[in-house]
Amino acid sequence: MAAPVKVYGPTLSTAVSRVLACLIEKDVDFQLIPINMSKGEHKKPDFIKMQPFGQVPAFQDESISLFESRAICRYICDKYADKGNKELYGTNPLAKASIDQWLEAEGQSFNPPSGALVFQLAFAPRMKIPQDEGLIKQNQEKLGKVLDVYERRLGESRFLAGDEFSLADLSHLPNTQYLVAGTDRGELFTSRKNVGRWWSEISSRESWKKVVQMQKSG
Amino acid sequence: MVVKVYGTAYASPKRVLACLIEKGIEFEAVPVDLIKGEHRSPEYLKLQPFGALPVIQDGDYTLYESRAIIRYYAEKYKSQGTDLLGKSIEERGLVEQWLEVEAQNFHPHIYNLTLHILFASALGFPPDEKVIKESEEKLGKVLDVYEERLSKSNYLAGDFFSLADLSHLPFTQYLVGPINKEYMIRSRKHVSAWWDQISSRPSWKKVLQL
Repeated sequence: MAAPVKVYGPTLSTAVSRVLACLIEKDVDFQLIPINMSKGEHKKPDFIKMQPFGQVPAFQDESISLFESRAICRYICDKYADKGNKELYGTNPLAKASIDQWLEAEGQSFNPPSGALVFQLAFAPRMKIPQDEGLIKQNQEKLGKVLDVYERRLGESRFLAGDEFSLADLSHLPNTQYLVAGTDRGELFTSRKNVGRWWSEISSRESWKKVVQMQKSG
Repeated sequence: MVVKVYGTAYASPKRVLACLIEKGIEFEAVPVDLIKGEHRSPEYLKLQPFGALPVIQDGDYTLYESRAIIRYYAEKYKSQGTDLLGKSIEERGLVEQWLEVEAQNFHPHIYNLTLHILFASALGFPPDEKVIKESEEKLGKVLDVYEERLSKSNYLAGDFFSLADLSHLPFTQYLVGPINKEYMIRSRKHVSAWWDQISSRPSWKKVLQL
């Protein structure tokens, strides 16, 4: 019987891979249904019914249809609380609040500049879109300032929200993977001692290795 | 114990105030002057290392990012005041979905409008007309999706007011007020009705009076 959990989208999408990493950490079986964005499948009526902004991923299980990767991850942790990594979204309110704080920092401070760089450096060339050097420089500077804050934090704490790997760290995996493994700007991360150490630790988790493997074979 | 909320003159901290009032939690407003650069002072950066607003102090406990703060208090005081999270795991999932929509799809464009129209001259740079035009267009497309959603549902996550609706209050107040683009709300029948509902809540009226 097919798994009730379905994720719609291409594995190459950073937001899709965020959800896949979470499902694998939580040991939740799922079906990945590919969406071909270069053919515009994400803008077709059937997909828009599931995701009215025409963005990936979309998610379904037997009781709900959801979108927004960070919301999907929180839902997965709530619904499947007893499965897989039980610490992923904290086991008490203060731990959860710290994870939410760093998930918001990822969404509001880290994602805009790192996402812009991923687009300019990794996707634009593939899509034959000319790169914007001004945007690259601007976002590199912005990201550098954010990573300076991370460098201090990760000198005091093993992971962003505390001593345990959490959704907050996981949420950073997709963009960072592209920048470190797929562009020549990896040194933004690797030249910062604590950020480099943290990246090495979180990217060598089995769950992330599985997602990277899916991206390569997808 | 009274919760200290920093930077309440500005928009994002008002998200926190609205939540605390809905939950019946006492707070103390602590001013932070952005124009004087108080958010970059060493004392402030110890509390909020990104130099952003707000941060809260609850006794010894410090927390930042307004959307993390409202989640924390909505959950901690779940049985007190307005229920802002829904009554089931599925309802909570929808609240989280629309809270992320606000954070990822709505906020970037309305923030650009706020920055360039309201704060550019105070911060010493010329407003970028191209950014203003593009942000208004993109915000319009997002509001079109909201219009469709709110034609089927009284509030964003369902037929109940939640953190997802609350999160939109501060910057939408700027949009219909000093940004001078109320027409973006009024030209959309269901968005308009929704805005009237959520902005006339006693909690929001109280925030605006502070």
